[in-house]
Amino acid sequence: MIEITKLTKQADNKLILRGIDIKVSKGETVAILGPNGAGKSTLLKIIAGLIKPTSGLVKMKGLDIKKDGFEIKKSIGYLPHASLLYDHYSPLENLVFFGKLYGVEQVEERAVQLVKEVGLSFFLHDPVKNFSRGMVQRIAIARAIIHDPEILLLDEPHTGLDQGAMTILNNVILTMKNKGTTTLMVTHDFKQAAEICDRIIIIKNGKLVDDFQVKDQSIELVTEKYARQLEGVS
Amino acid sequence: MNLVKSALLLAKKDLFSEWKTKQVLVTQIIFASLVIVVFSFAFDPSNNMTKAVIPGIIWVIIVFAGILGLNRSIVSEQRNDTMYALLVAPMEPAGIYLGKFIANFTMIMIVETIAIPFLFLLFDFNMAGSIPYFILIIFVGSFGFVSIGTFLAALAGNSKSSEMLLPLLLFPIASPVLIGVTQATRIVLSDMSKLSSALAWTQMVTSYDVIFFVISLFLIDYVLEV
Amino acid sequence: MSMNLEQEKPLLPDSPLSKSKSAYLPKVLLGSTIITMLTSIYFIFLYAEEEKTMGAAQKIFYFHVSSAWVAFFAFFITCLFSILFLVKRQRIYDTYAYVSAEIGVVFTIIVLTTGPIWAKSAWNTWWVWEPRLITTLILFFLYIAYIMIRQMDGVWDKKARLASVFGIIGFVDVPIVFFAIRWWQTKLHPVVFGEGSDQSGGGIAPSMLAALLISILAFTILYAYLLNKGVTLENLKIKVEQYKEKLRMDIEN
Repeated sequence: MIEITKLTKQADNKLILRGIDIKVSKGETVAILGPNGAGKSTLLKIIAGLIKPTSGLVKMKGLDIKKDGFEIKKSIGYLPHASLLYDHYSPLENLVFFGKLYGVEQVEERAVQLVKEVGLSFFLHDPVKNFSRGMVQRIAIARAIIHDPEILLLDEPHTGLDQGAMTILNNVILTMKNKGTTTLMVTHDFKQAAEICDRIIIIKNGKLVDDFQVKDQSIELVTEKYARQLEGVS
Repeated sequence: MNLVKSALLLAKKDLFSEWKTKQVLVTQIIFASLVIVVFSFAFDPSNNMTKAVIPGIIWVIIVFAGILGLNRSIVSEQRNDTMYALLVAPMEPAGIYLGKFIANFTMIMIVETIAIPFLFLLFDFNMAGSIPYFILIIFVGSFGFVSIGTFLAALAGNSKSSEMLLPLLLFPIASPVLIGVTQATRIVLSDMSKLSSALAWTQMVTSYDVIFFVISLFLIDYVLEV
Repeated sequence: MSMNLEQEKPLLPDSPLSKSKSAYLPKVLLGSTIITMLTSIYFIFLYAEEEKTMGAAQKIFYFHVSSAWVAFFAFFITCLFSILFLVKRQRIYDTYAYVSAEIGVVFTIIVLTTGPIWAKSAWNTWWVWEPRLITTLILFFLYIAYIMIRQMDGVWDKKARLASVFGIIGFVDVPIVFFAIRWWQTKLHPVVFGEGSDQSGGGIAPSMLAALLISILAFTILYAYLLNKGVTLENLKIKVEQYKEKLRMDIEN
């Protein structure tokens, strides 16, 4: 589904990514772990098509992102740390606008249903600026999946969430997974990573240092492997 | 086709949000009125000589009120990084430019339809020339100013002090438009015998519009890259 | 820590190599700049006839026109390298565009200072709203705007990209500005200043023309020399930054 070969990214003489090769097959849920400044978010932005790589190849669904970026964008849902929502718009207006942008059919019904799924039906018509961080994040999740993306890119989705929002987020990811969506998730939260994901990638200094499968949601395995990689850092 | 559709969608979004908050438009109109009042101090409205500066005042209003909105239209997309949302959506950068252009152009048109009659009223200006030509010139001039202005606002938006950078970029580039339209406006407002010359100016501004609109559509990809 | 740095030194390669490679070009340029400059000074002050009405003040005209030529030519080079940068995305093109713009600012300032001196003796007024002069003024503002974009904070490739875009837009704008201003002027006061500085007095004496051409040549070579030097300097700066970055990384890891 996602094929990344020899990806590098340079900004201001600084190599952020130095030759990354990843292959993710359809339906996988992959967590990307790593210390701060390792290039995780940059990697996600490149896959989302926001940043152009310095060199290397990114292919999704067999299409090269450089040539068929437009086609690929239609099937990507991207949720960064910022909410990507318009402050003075209500959840419904936000979702309808983005839904239309992605060419979603029967966008109103879909938007209302999504808001209901994230448990904010009572706030359907309130402007987003009055919402708390957790509520905003719920709508942001709904925004990212409004067009039923085949690839879901999440950048630290669990940070700053209340328990309710976290459960909803996990449910959304699991539902999407059952539908066959490929998910890439940058995170610091080992517990969530072990619970939701079936594969973990560790990135350090712009290089891929570990790549393994998780079985039985074992946190121990994740922390142990991560600690082993981090020893080299300090 | 898709380009125009997404551009219209974006423009509708911008105008609707403006309709909800009325922030920019109200500021622009009040600003325009204040400029008129300040000009009435500077040039005595009862003096006949003042008629000569009316074309200049019109364009000073449009330019300064316009620049407020231009900067705003790009900066507003930086809150919550909504510009990223537009960039990751299946939408060409040219569509974003076009959408912003349509929204800005509509807003400046609204400001003009309110501010210019107000100006004529306060300065007791009797139209000696032709209103259709006047409207045509205002339209063509605003088009050029807003098209290059939207583009440069997107460029300046990358800077933290975009509101200071934008005028520095925009005024030198837009100077041909401003020369052309002030000349043409002066002619159609007072001296219809030189209409052919006014039309020649309008043609020049129109060709400027076309050149820079096309260049902007081509180069906007490089400006909006992250 | 200083011990550490000593050890890293041999890791930094290829600095002496690049030095020897292009060493002869600046020397050639410097030599030809000196020769043509001296020749042009000889031609301007000794060979060319003195203008009848203005006297010695007219001599400034040679420097004025030559700097004006370089000012516009430099912007053309900036535009050219801006396009090259956007297509190829290599830093060297951007460096050329930037250095060319910097040199352009200097020559634009020369034009804008010699212009009024000329105007004072030719038309008895310091500033004339004359097409060429105003276009140069606008060019000056465009250069300033270009350099302001370069002063933004952010990574270099973003600044380079935006500056390149502005370089192209600005270059397209310059002829339109000139055309618009000329038209505007002739509409307002026909024929008074319709003819600009370099045709005043109805044509130009052959000796003056020779002096002018030689000084234009001299200024162009001077520009090439400055461009070459500026780019070398800029490249060295970039290299220092890269070495610093390398050291920083080595310390971190």
